[in-house]
This record gives sequence, structure tokens and C-alpha cells, in this order.
Amino acid sequence: MDPVRASAREIARAVNAREVSAVEIAETMIPHVAAVDEHLGAYLTLTPDLMREHARRVDARIAAGESLPLAGVPAAIKDNMCLLGTRTTCASKILEHWIAPYTGTAVERLLAAGALPIGKTNMDEFAMGSSGENSALGKTKNPYDLDRVPGGSSAGSAAAVGGFAATISTGSDTGGSIREPAAFCNVVGFKPTYGRVSRYGLIAFASSLDQIGPFARTVEDAALTYDAMGGHDPMDATSVDMPFETTAGHLREDLRGVRVGIVKEFATSDLAPDVAAAYEAAYADLQKLGAELVEVELPTAKYGLSTYYLIAPAECSSNLARFDGVRYGLRVDGADVGEMYEKTRAAGFGPEVKRRILIGTYALSSGYYDAYYVKAQKARTRIADDFRRAFATCDVIASPAASSPAFAFNAKSDPYSMYLMDYYTIPVSLAGLPSLSIPCGSALPEGGSRPMPLGLQLASPLFSERALLGYAHAYERATQHAIKLTPDPHCHPELVEGPR
Amino acid sequence: MAATDAALRQAQGDTGLRRKYEAVIGIECHVELKTTSKMFCGCPNEFGGEPNTKVCPVCLALPGALPVPNAKAIELMIAAGLAFDAEIPAFSKFDRKNYFYPDMPKDYQISQFDMPLTQGGVVHYWLPDGTKKSCRLTRIHLEEDTGKSTHAGSGDGRIAGSSYSLVDFNRAGVPLMECVGEPDIRSADEAVGYLEALKRTFVELGVSDVKMEEGSLRCDANVSVRLFGAPEYGTKAEIKNMNSFRSVHDAIESEIDRQIAVIEGGGRVIQETRGWDEAAGVTHSMRSKEQAHDYRYFPEPDLVPLELDRAVVERIRAAMPPVPFERFERYTEKFGISVKQTTQLVDNPALAGYFDRVVTITNAPVATLNFVLGDLSRLANESGTAVIAGKVTPEALAELIALTEAKTINSKIAKDVLARLWADGGSAKSIVEGEGLAQVSDPGAIAKFVDDVLAANAESVTQFKAGKENVLKFLVGQVMKTSRGKANPELVEALLREQIAAR
Amino acid sequence: MATERIDVRGVARLARLALSDEEIERYGAQLEDLLKHVDDLKQLDTSDVAATAQVIESRNVMRPDVLVPCLDHDVVMAGAPQPQHGFFRVPKIIAEVG
Repeated sequence: MDPVRASAREIARAVNAREVSAVEIAETMIPHVAAVDEHLGAYLTLTPDLMREHARRVDARIAAGESLPLAGVPAAIKDNMCLLGTRTTCASKILEHWIAPYTGTAVERLLAAGALPIGKTNMDEFAMGSSGENSALGKTKNPYDLDRVPGGSSAGSAAAVGGFAATISTGSDTGGSIREPAAFCNVVGFKPTYGRVSRYGLIAFASSLDQIGPFARTVEDAALTYDAMGGHDPMDATSVDMPFETTAGHLREDLRGVRVGIVKEFATSDLAPDVAAAYEAAYADLQKLGAELVEVELPTAKYGLSTYYLIAPAECSSNLARFDGVRYGLRVDGADVGEMYEKTRAAGFGPEVKRRILIGTYALSSGYYDAYYVKAQKARTRIADDFRRAFATCDVIASPAASSPAFAFNAKSDPYSMYLMDYYTIPVSLAGLPSLSIPCGSALPEGGSRPMPLGLQLASPLFSERALLGYAHAYERATQHAIKLTPDPHCHPELVEGPR
Repeated sequence: MAATDAALRQAQGDTGLRRKYEAVIGIECHVELKTTSKMFCGCPNEFGGEPNTKVCPVCLALPGALPVPNAKAIELMIAAGLAFDAEIPAFSKFDRKNYFYPDMPKDYQISQFDMPLTQGGVVHYWLPDGTKKSCRLTRIHLEEDTGKSTHAGSGDGRIAGSSYSLVDFNRAGVPLMECVGEPDIRSADEAVGYLEALKRTFVELGVSDVKMEEGSLRCDANVSVRLFGAPEYGTKAEIKNMNSFRSVHDAIESEIDRQIAVIEGGGRVIQETRGWDEAAGVTHSMRSKEQAHDYRYFPEPDLVPLELDRAVVERIRAAMPPVPFERFERYTEKFGISVKQTTQLVDNPALAGYFDRVVTITNAPVATLNFVLGDLSRLANESGTAVIAGKVTPEALAELIALTEAKTINSKIAKDVLARLWADGGSAKSIVEGEGLAQVSDPGAIAKFVDDVLAANAESVTQFKAGKENVLKFLVGQVMKTSRGKANPELVEALLREQIAAR
Repeated sequence: MATERIDVRGVARLARLALSDEEIERYGAQLEDLLKHVDDLKQLDTSDVAATAQVIESRNVMRPDVLVPCLDHDVVMAGAPQPQHGFFRVPKIIAEVG
């Protein structure tokens, strides 16, 4: 078994069966990842010693007779998730040297399930961005074309899995930050229903939207990872106290009887021709699997961006107030504490973060609160209602995850053009629905020379994770698009370390 | 325009001015709730300790931490509201109040804006002379306390002039009730009465310790004056930095005088915040320019709303003890106990509860009061134990009182029996019957004692007949001695007078 | 809605962000651009819906009043930018940092 290429399911089976030890897995991955990451830039911090320590613990537990769902599986953790003793930066200068003194619940559960922490991955600063370019601490590249962006905000987590520098990884999704980079990096990226995975330990961007979810190269691996992380947490008052329905092992293999909603307002004719063609083919593939395609309408989806870009910044302007130089993180001194605040935050936050803090503060401010924040929260209700109505006639909605494949660095200098990358994912986030992106083919990007991955977004009703992952699994089984593309030579598992 | 010293002095001494102007006062209090743990995390809710030793990711506002509300704090809040007849709405939620300050770990405070846990209500209280008063409540809401800053480098610990501050977050996150009173208060005495009522009620309910010196009660007063009969309120000033009920009283008095002096001097009162300077006995303006806060309130997205089930509210109401004011009315009006003694009892809820239980049995409140506040409390103080922790059960005391009321034993014997009960517990009746301590009231028997004593004290008889009244006391004492304390003293006195007159 | 100029300086002050004149201009323009887009919400009729507070329907999520171990003091102070005698030191507070 080759740990670099193997799936999480294969690795866990082999480690549990004691065919290979977790320590061996770790010792294989550590040099491999270091070598690949020289080119990929997925990680901000590599944690080889921690990985070895966890590997030893896993082996000891296996020896004592335990069986762990993710035994020995190499995992990358997005750097907005607290992991005790590791630098946790949110890719921001304001936390550049901060060491987390505790581990968040989802990560804790992942490691308790046997996963091995490779390191902390790069991201758009404080999860604000759709390309990874807003990181203040590193540059992550798309594993399929190192001159293109991996997507964001979970740039490094998507790139690591897509670039065979991790088997699974954790991401966070607020408006599309798992789904869009998954599409760009040719991997499965899954955002559960809001409240299914604890946010305790996830450094908050927008509290009512943030969710943690997995990246993996197969749907089953994503399911295994979600099963390990998810479930009620008393430390997070917004985590739902409902019986947790596991997903792996319950994944269907066809789509007979499934009604797939195709959104009238998300017409493929809006897209570039070969991108449109890829999606049309994807919809046809769904039909071939037995699904019935149904047209659904989401008339208010077009207000998603406006709604999101009022609510998310408002919440983040408040969530990021705590970065004030008093108790941790960067401090730039001032003659008085007010000056210290202003200088610290000016030096510590990048432009996109500042933009969102400004717009959010404005939207909440006296005289504007009703017109902006409250209005947006009402629009959100309308959007969620549209989805509810749509799900009366379909079981799952299919759409592009993004309007184009990965673009080149610096291609979108205008902030609003970047925001448009989340056009399809944002409405789903606003409704809190479970949603994922799964590789569905490729297209030649504008000005590009090689085809780049495309992702199909699937979204289903609240708390229907098992069904959703099932639909994706059926589609993946029949189409296997991911393996049809070859990553950049620096990331291709065949070419890096030679035969194993 | 500031008041001149002369004008101020004149105002302070001039009760005529006080008759001309009416003071209007609204009190805003912050009361720390007495829970084991903090409002949103499991750190200890305790006064004191080394700095920054009672903190966790949540109350320190580390990245990634999330709040979860303390169920007990909510329950105590509801009890507090019910104690003042406030309305407990069916639905309540938390909101974020956004502002930057070094002792605010999140740089926002989780508080309640438009849907507080209680609405309205009335605080009934009494003045030292027994006058009953009331002040309406606007609302009481739940929030979290901030950390504590100490200001260094200025020599006097005040912010102004300090060069740096040191922050301790042990207090950050402690649950806090904010009680906002309507401007129904009209004097410094009333303000103190109101605060005492709050304090008594919260202590009785176990909701808070309410110790101003420990910071578990902090209050600000909004003070304005107007001519009596004026339809509009005057401009108010907010007074802060009062550290005791005494300070509150003095600060309000001082501020009323100041405002009157300003107006009498032709000036206008400015709306501002003023700090009480205890040493100087005056308030100082705290702000150079008025800056309105934009708190940007919005519903707290990390918490879910509270739906307050009526059954739960009723359960809390049923478990509550009577409020102090209820006791005050019952004791002063129904039982005829003095305001002073009533206050004494009410200030000791455990003792008042004991008293109530005894009165339920004896139906003799005055007699009960005399025992409870008199000999029983004395015995308790001497042994350093609280009455309720002692061996005299309410039933035993009631029995003793019944025996006294029925004149089965006299007051001296009662005292002795009480001391025995305090030391050993048991039943008054058993002791009295067992040792034959019943008062001797048989006129024949007493007559015999009286005879013996008069025979042995002829000079005393002569002295009494000559007009020395207090000799009678001596003679009564002798009869008591002869009867080993058991003679009925009233009968003894009556018989003595009779017999002396007959001699 | 977004027709008048945004007081970027005022907003920046509320958010405790020091911005240069150039940044005020730049961010101001970008914010106004975003607000122009956001203006489309005016066309959406929201008169008969309630604002979403949370997408989940939970109520009354609370914790029992019990103690949980605190963070070790040394760990707490290890991350402090300027620890002093176990406190967090900050520059002088000008009375109303409101």
C-alpha cells in the first residue's frame, strides 16, 4: 500500500489490520510532504514531531486492541483551527506567532479517530477570499497548474489533498470556502449542515455561516472524515443536539428514483462554452444513473451575494474585534491604548480583512443597521424559503460549484469580481444546507494551456448528509473524473519519490 | 456654567431651596450573580485570587472560543425579576454590545438589548421612619462582567494621569444583572432605601452577595432637578464611582446641591458623566466632550434564543421565599413591630424565617420578637453561633413562649429554661414539669411567702410606708428568693402591697 | 441607501483601524462600489418575512453551573504581548475609549 496515493479507507484498514504501522505511514509522508510543499506551498507550518507522536499513540491503541476509523491517516489542518501547541495563524500577521493553547473539538475528534496531523495549511486571511491570494504568510498554488490559484479560503487544505501532500484535510466553509477550492483542486470538498460539526476551536469569521468540513480524494473518505468530526458539542451552543447519522458505509451506488433539481437561474448558458458543456454532461450523467432532472427555481438566489456581503462582514467585524494587541498576537505600541489598537490592527490585518471589517462595521452602525444588516437577514429568510420550496419537488440540487476553473494569480484584482466566484455556493450557505463539490470534468481556462478541474455542487435539505454523500458517491463511482487529470509533476505521486 | 463656591455653600445650607426644587433620581445597578461558575464558561465565579488564574479560552476571548450560557444564572435572574413582580417574557435572547476597552476580552460584551429576561416590575422599600415607598423598574437584563484594570503610574490609582494599566481577567465573564430603575426616586434617602431593598431581596433569594466593597454591586445614579410642579424633567447628570451606600447618599446630596446652585446662579446643567470624589465630597466632570457610543447591537449569533416555559417560571416562583418588603409590611402593620426591630429582623433573613415559624405556632408576635431579638439572640451571640444553627428549635421556643403567655412560668424561669434549651436542646415543657418549675400562682402559697418575708423585714415595711417605692422591688426579690424563683411576680407584688397596707 | 458618501474615517475609528489618507480614499471607493451592488436588495420585498436569527431552530441551549478546569496561568501569560506581574499591561487608557 502506498500511503501517498492510498485512500483514507485503505490506510485505516491496513493500519487496523497491523499490515503497516502508523509510524511507518508518518515516516513516509513527512519527507514526501516536505519535498512536494517546496513547490505547492500548501502548508504554513509542518508538524513532523507531532505527527510522529500521534502515530506512536495510534500504534499503541491498535496494539491494545482498538480499531480506529481513521487509523494512521495523514491529515492536514486548516490554519484557522486551534491545535494545541501549534502555530495557528489564520494566515494573518496578527497571529503570525500565536501558539494555540487548546485544540478545537472537531480537530480533537479527528485525531482521536486516529488521524495523523501533518501540519497547518495556508488559507485566505481569516477565511476571507476565494483564491488563497489573501494570505499574508504564504502562497499556495494549484496542484494542477502551479501558475494558477488553488481557490479559497481553504487554499492549502484543498491543494494538499489535490496535490497528494495529504490524504484528507479539514477546511472551513462560510460562503464557499470548501466547495470552491475543492472544485479548483480536483477533490471532494464537503460542507455539512450548519450546526453538524462543532465550531469550538474554529477561529470565527462569520458565526452564523461558518462550518468545518473535510477535503478528500473520494466521497467515501470525505464521509469517513465527517463521521469522525461531526456531532453535538456542549462547548458550541449552535451545534445541533440531534442523533448523529453516520454516512460512510451507507452510501448508495445509483440514483434511481432521485430527483435532481437543476436551477433555472443558474443557467449553464451564462458560462464559457466548454465549461457549460462539462456541466451539461454532468447533468446527463446524473440522468444515466437513474436520476430524474427537474427544473427548480431560486428566484432570490441572485440576491445571495448582496445578502452575504452584508451579513458575513457584519459578524466578522465583531468577531475580529478581539484582535486588539492586549492578550495575544501582534502588538504595535502606541502612546495610549487607543493608538495601540489602531496601529496593531492596521499592521496586523490585510486589505481584504480591513475591507470586510469596514463594511461590516458600517452595516451595523447606527442609522444603517435596519437598512443593511436587518434587510440582509430578511433576504436570507427569503433565500432559505426558496430552497425549501425547491426541495418540495427535488431531493438534491445540482449546479456548478464555480463559474470557471482556477484562474491565474492576480487575475481578479477588483474585489467584487473575486466575490463573484462564490455566486453558486453562497445561497446554499445562507440557507445552512449541507453541500459538496465533486470533480465533474475539466475545461481549458481562459488563456490556459492545460485543462483544469471543474466541480459539481450538490446541495440537499437540512440534515440530509447521508443522502447527499450517497448521491455524490453514486456519481463518483460511475464517472471517476478526478483520476482522469494529472497534477503538476511536482505533485504527482508517481514522479516524486519513485516506486515504493 | 459651574456653580461658584459661595452659591454651592448657600445651596447646601439652604433647605428653602430644597423645598423649591424637586430632585429626580434614577438608579442603574450592576449586580454580580452568585453562581459557582461564570456566565459563559466553567471558570470559578469567585472574588479575589492571583491575577489571570481564573480564565479559560472563553472568558479570555482566545481565538476560536465560544460562549455557552449558565443555566443557574438564568434561573436566578428569573427569580430576581419575579421578586419585583416583573414580567418574564416568553422569549428572550442575547445581543452583542460592541465597543473596545482593555478589560473587555472580546471587545464586545454579550448582553441583552431589546428582549431582556425581565420587563417592568416594582421595587417596594421603606425609609428609616417606616414610610413605604416604591420605585418602578424599567427592566433587569443579563450580561457578563468585564475584567478589572488597575491604573499605574499616577500615584493615586485613577485613570487620569496614569501612564499604563494592568488588566486582570478573573472577573471577566462573571454573570451580571443590570437593574435599570425608572426615575421615581426623589431623595438621597430614597435612593439608599431602594438600594437596601434590592440588596435585601437579592441576599434573601440567594441571587447575589451584593457587597459594594467587593464589587458585586455597582451603581450609577442619574440625577436631575426641576422646580416643583414643572412638567418636564431637568437635564440629568450621571454620577459614577460611588463605592458604598453612604457614598451614594452623599454623592446624590452633593449633586442635587450643585445642580440647584448652577440653576440659581443663572446657568444650565450639562448632560455629562460625573465621578464622585469621596475625599473632597464633590462630583467632578469626567468627560471633556460628550461622545455618544455606537454600540452596534445585533443578536448574538453564537447563542440561541431562550424560550421561557411558563411551567418553569412558576416552579421558580413557587420555590422563592417571601420578599423582604412583604415581611416589612407584615411585621410593622400586622404585628405592630417597630420599624427599627423590623429592619433588624429583615436584614437577617435566616432569623426572620425562624421568627416566622415560631409566630405561626404562638400567634404572639410581640412576645416572640422579644425572645428572638432579646435573650435568644444574646445567647447566640455569646456562643458565636447563629440562632438557626443552635439547639433551640422553633417548636421548642414556641412551647416556651406558650408557657410564659399562659403564666405557667414567670419570666425569670423562662430565661433559665431558655438557657438550658440553648445548651442542651429538648422541650421546655419537659424541663418545667420535670423539675417542677411551674410558677406558683396559688394566692395561699404566695401569701405564706409574703408573710415570712414581711416578718423578716420590718424596717423595709416602714420605709415603704414612708414613701420609698423601690423598697418594694427588694421585697419582691426576697419573696422570689424564698420561693426559689417560682412565685408569680405580679401576684407577689400585688399581695405585698395588700399585706403592707394591712399592717 | 448608499447614495451619500460613506464616512470611512468614522467607520475606521469605530473599528479601531488606523488608515492613511490614501487608504481612506481607496477603501472608500471599494466600499461604495460594494454598496452599489448591495443596493439591489432594495428590489427584494421583505415586508412579510422575519429576519433570520439562526438557520437552526434550537432553543434554550445552556450549560449546568459547574466548574471546569481553567487554563494554566503560565500558559495564559505565555501568549501575552506585555505581561507584567501576572497582569496584561496596556498603554494608558484615555478615560473614554468608547
